[in-house]
Amino acid sequence: MTALPPHVARQRWMSVLARATAADLADRLAACPALPDHIRLRGPESGLVMLRGRAGGAGSQFNLGEMTVTRCTVRNADGFVGHAYIQGRDHATAALAAALDAGLQDPARQPDLLRTVIEPLATAQAEQRAAQARRAAATKVEFFTMATMRS
Amino acid sequence: MTLSLPGFADPVADAQACFRAVLTAMSRPGTPQRITSPLTPPAPLGIAAAAVLLTLVDGDTSLYLADHFANAADWLRFHCGTDPSPDRTTAGFVLADSLPDLATLAQGSDEAPQDSATLLLPVESLTAGARFTLRGPGLQAPTPLAVTGLPPDFAARWAANHAQFPRGIDLILCAGDTLVALPRSLSLGEA
Repeated sequence: MTALPPHVARQRWMSVLARATAADLADRLAACPALPDHIRLRGPESGLVMLRGRAGGAGSQFNLGEMTVTRCTVRNADGFVGHAYIQGRDHATAALAAALDAGLQDPARQPDLLRTVIEPLATAQAEQRAAQARRAAATKVEFFTMATMRS
Repeated sequence: MTLSLPGFADPVADAQACFRAVLTAMSRPGTPQRITSPLTPPAPLGIAAAAVLLTLVDGDTSLYLADHFANAADWLRFHCGTDPSPDRTTAGFVLADSLPDLATLAQGSDEAPQDSATLLLPVESLTAGARFTLRGPGLQAPTPLAVTGLPPDFAARWAANHAQFPRGIDLILCAGDTLVALPRSLSLGEA
């Protein structure tokens, strides 16, 4: 994990935070030193984001539908600005995720937070995805005669 | 500069209140409107100018910032979702620190007068200084206005702007948390 470039590491923890619930985050945070105070620069506020889809590898883009997204931006007492974009309308999760993103950018706090918050959540989320994929795979039907759309 | 200051505390209600204030200021020229929403814009941006920008500027709007306000560019970029334009002659909104040559700003056309620029100009005071008399739509009787911070030949420059009606720029004067609007329909005399 130490070799990741900074923006890739941040993408990873922001994605883990976006999938977590407020209760998960609060539970994990209880195990490490308190985050510094912060002020909210924007939000939490909910809105709609248009999702774009593409049919097949060569299809053109189309609007798949809108998704509810909540975003929040905070600045903590150490001067780090944290952002969070999460699915749904849970303002508490967005605020907590933004505060965590700000804390994670601080080199002094990052190792602790990664170990106690991000890694356990990432593991739990990966297990959940694998379990769901297994359940889905059990119902899969193979259509061997169909040509793929990519040629 | 890093981003350090929030925008409106209540974005929807505060922007609506500010929009109402701008609308009243435009329809009753010369009547000062106060922005009462709590707001701490980055210096040197004043409260009224910042509130008007937060309310009216978004990603579909072009904004030109005078160099004097470079410190506020990040704040505006974040809260308005717009990238300040380098071109003063086409921008829909112009934030200036001194009165520019009004003819160099977007004037609109007779077919699309709404394409003209809205100029935001911070001034020192809207209660004392050079005195003007305002006449025009929205005013039953000539209305007095006192401004500190406009150039001495302002009345003549405004007359040239007014003469092109329906083309021409609209001006919003801001002092602290107070604003006065001078729409292009207004004729202005020195008093």
